[in-house]
Amino acid sequence: MVTPSYIAQQLINALNIGSIYALVAIGLTVVYGILRLINFAHGDMMTIGAYVALTAVTALAMPAVAALLVAMLVVSALGVLIERLAYRPLRGAPEVAMLITSLAISSLIENGATMTLTAQPRPVRLAAELTQRVNALGLSFAVMDVLIIVLAVGLMIALTLFVRRTTLGIAMRACSENVRITQLMGINVNRVIAVAFAISAGLAAAAGVLWTGKFGIVDPFTGFLPGLKAFVAAVIGGIGNIPGAMLGGYLLGFAEVFFVAFMPPEVSGYRDAFVFVLLLVVLLVRPTGLLGAHEVNRA
Amino acid sequence: MLSVQNLHVYYGHIHALKGISLEINAGEIVALIGSNGAGKTTTLATLSGLLRPREGHIHFEGRDLTRLPVYQIVQLGIVHCPEGRQVFTRLSVTENLRLAASHRTDHTNVARDLEHVHHLFPILAKRRNQPAGTLSGGEQQMLAIGRAIMSRPRLLLLDEPSLGLAPMIVEMIFGVIASLRRDGVTILLVEQNAYRALQLADRAYVMETGHIKASGPSRALADDPAVKAAYLGG
Repeated sequence: MVTPSYIAQQLINALNIGSIYALVAIGLTVVYGILRLINFAHGDMMTIGAYVALTAVTALAMPAVAALLVAMLVVSALGVLIERLAYRPLRGAPEVAMLITSLAISSLIENGATMTLTAQPRPVRLAAELTQRVNALGLSFAVMDVLIIVLAVGLMIALTLFVRRTTLGIAMRACSENVRITQLMGINVNRVIAVAFAISAGLAAAAGVLWTGKFGIVDPFTGFLPGLKAFVAAVIGGIGNIPGAMLGGYLLGFAEVFFVAFMPPEVSGYRDAFVFVLLLVVLLVRPTGLLGAHEVNRA
Repeated sequence: MLSVQNLHVYYGHIHALKGISLEINAGEIVALIGSNGAGKTTTLATLSGLLRPREGHIHFEGRDLTRLPVYQIVQLGIVHCPEGRQVFTRLSVTENLRLAASHRTDHTNVARDLEHVHHLFPILAKRRNQPAGTLSGGEQQMLAIGRAIMSRPRLLLLDEPSLGLAPMIVEMIFGVIASLRRDGVTILLVEQNAYRALQLADRAYVMETGHIKASGPSRALADDPAVKAAYLGG
């Protein structure tokens, strides 16, 4: 049963799930880093992204890659709009006000989608080229599996370059240290925050498209659980820290997949509980997460 | 150049500035001295837009600043170098400097200013790729001032540049402040070291619990018995 090829299959699976968690976790961590906002509506950006892509493919007959791009752009714009309308007026208010607002937005999106699109799950059918199985090195995997990993890693590399090399990226990192002082550098921090939301929502949309592409189904609550898991991943990696979110995402993907793969069937149902136990253990040993720095006094 | 009238600032219910008025002329170094809690830092934070006055006006070259966002005030040439250095510890030295110049469009001058900063503080050139958090306190203060230079100040608001630094570094920093004035930068200097501040400045204001208590040419203030007793150790 536990053959090398079985392990290899699980490895691909873990890389898939981990890539998606990482993309979602990055978005959470980027926004948290700047605003200290735990964005509960983040998982819903995955859902919307998935619906947008599905519509683009079915109603507009777009190719999958174009649909992915459209979903990212639309949801990025939505992220910026939500920030402008819901969070910016709360600038300077206690952080908990933003947190409650994000819960409200999440509930608005989930229930709004249920009412307008119905709670009926819709099938996400991929083009034959994507579901085609490839046999190589004694492994059998779908083209989609490889595509998920390549796209996710590509997006992460692009983000890393953006954050390291560009002035806007440097400003984002400066904001995550101290927004007040960043203003004193002559930087319009509202613009930086808008960009952070655009990136955050765009990556979540990409993750949503990949997630529903992999599992073949979308409903108004699709993003809820992966959103929650990504939050765990971000905290495990050290929230506010982008490489930490990537690490946490993959770690969680591996832990989850291998837990199911190697535990007896009667235990594997506790997969989600296991994820949270893992979080507790990491936080007991390292309260700031694996790569998290000690919180600098922001007063 | 800068004219402040009847500024009132509150932290919640605490009335921190109770009607401050002051004038700064182009090319001057003006010192703001006074004991802890007198409102010196609050005054600077209000001038740079970090705090908003409840009453009063700030005019910079005839323009009212009280409603402008902080970044636009910086772009007008008012650069605030805050107390406690406040460099971005996780950014490299170069990134700190680059960020401070990012709103400028005169790219050739930016390159020249970077060279100038490296010339003033050679250690920053040596440590250019290190995270600023790994610098010593004195080096961080150099970086904070270097950063301010990169923003191309016309009026520089300097808050406690000598606080907690070794005497040699303090000499160096004060030397740089004097050289900035020679380059045409107007400076408002807040200093706990009143003696040094009065030596360097043309004029000074003495603050006490949210009021301006005295003002005048530095030399006159340094000879004033009341100022001497309160701030210059007799």
